[in-house]
Formats: sequence, C-alpha cells, structure tokens
Amino acid sequence: MAQKQYGPATVEVDAEGYMTDFSQWTREVAAAIAREEGIAELTPAHWKVVEYIQRDFKENGQVPSIRKLNKSGVISTKELYELFPGGPAKKAAKISGMKKPEGCV
Amino acid sequence: MDDKIRKVSIIISKGGLEGVYPGLIMANGARMEGIEANLFFTFFGVATVGNPGMHMPSLLGILPGFSAMATSMMKKTMDKIDIPPVPEFVEMIADAGGKFYACKATVDMFKLKKEDFCAQVDSIINVGKFYEIAAGGEIIFT
Repeated sequence: MAQKQYGPATVEVDAEGYMTDFSQWTREVAAAIAREEGIAELTPAHWKVVEYIQRDFKENGQVPSIRKLNKSGVISTKELYELFPGGPAKKAAKISGMKKPEGCV
Repeated sequence: MDDKIRKVSIIISKGGLEGVYPGLIMANGARMEGIEANLFFTFFGVATVGNPGMHMPSLLGILPGFSAMATSMMKKTMDKIDIPPVPEFVEMIADAGGKFYACKATVDMFKLKKEDFCAQVDSIINVGKFYEIAAGGEIIFT
C-alpha cells in the first residue's frame, strides 16, 4: 500500500493515487488532489459535486455515474465536463476520496 | 510522444440495439477519458440520430426501431447500469463534447434532409470531410 503526503496529511492510496481510507479525507487533501489533477481551485460548484458523491456512496456503496449526477439535478453533464476537464468521473471520484469508478458509462 | 489515444472517430453503420450501442458506449467512454470523440452515422446507423418519424427503409421492410429491439427486461437492466435509451445517450455524449455527423451518401440515398436529424447532429458530411475530421486519430468502424 502506497502513501502520499499532502501538506501535513499522510494518506493511504492505491497504485493510481485513489485514496483507500476515506477516514483520512479532508477538504485540504481534496484541494491538493485537485491541484494534482489540474484543477487550481475547488469552487462551490465543485464542492457540491464532491459532497453529493460522498453522500451517495455512503447510501449506495457506489460512486454515482455521470448520468446519475445529471439526473439527480446536482450538475448537468456539460457543467461537469467543464468543472473536471479531461476525465470528470475519475477526477471527481479521486478528489472525493473514492475509489476509481468501474463502470463503462 | 507517449502512446496515449487522443482522438477517436467512430463510424456507426448498423441500426438496431447491437449495431448502435457499442459505438455510443465507446464514444462516451472516450470523452470520459478526455479523448476527443467524433461519431459518423452511415447507412442504417443514421436512424440513431434521426428524429422520430424519420423515414428509413430497412432490410426487413420495417422501420428500424430501437424499442422493438430491446425487451423490457433488458431495458430495465440497462437503465440500472446507467446505459441510457438512445436519444438520452446521444444528448449525454453531445453534452460531454462528442461531435455527431451524418453521412452524405446515406442522406442522398434515402432522400433525407438536415431537418430529419436531431439537434445534436452538427452537419451532413461526405467521406472526404470525415477523413479530414478524423485526421491524426483512430478510426473505429462498427
């Protein structure tokens, strides 16, 4: 199991940098992962997505799909791609402290 | 240069469930990975991006409808794993930045017009233009 240092925080991550122990997640860690993913600053719109993903995972044990994010009224697909350019599902999951999404859609 | 795929242009030439979904899933999956995606619809594949009522003959002499192809059980399962019905999928891929084109030869052959296609279709293009758009990327024929 690999570890990563984000400022003062040390977190457990898998080979691709996804956190493996959600109890180590903080907003500061999220912001640091976001910077690594090319997102300079997490805006209120980003946080809304992150919070929904975490809540939904807690309820269903699964990282919600892009379609679910759109249908639930959290964020439109268009905006999601704008907020997390170059891989919205993966990046949003990573920043939220979740494992890598496994689905094809 | 790394060997990462940066652009795919996917040709959908067949109608019906198994003709249409693989290409749509691959295009959507490309966008999810930050890969540029173009979709080119030809022959019976054009019905994917046709408005309801688009007049298309099929080999069996019936309208190529997707609803007729999927059983209600299949539809439910697909919905559960977040594979949307075709019109929603087209919208989703367009919102994700995928580009849609219809084939000029097919349009001429079936006497179709731009108005016969859904709003996500950028334009009706010929083969030459397709290669121009696909230049520098991968081409996938389905």
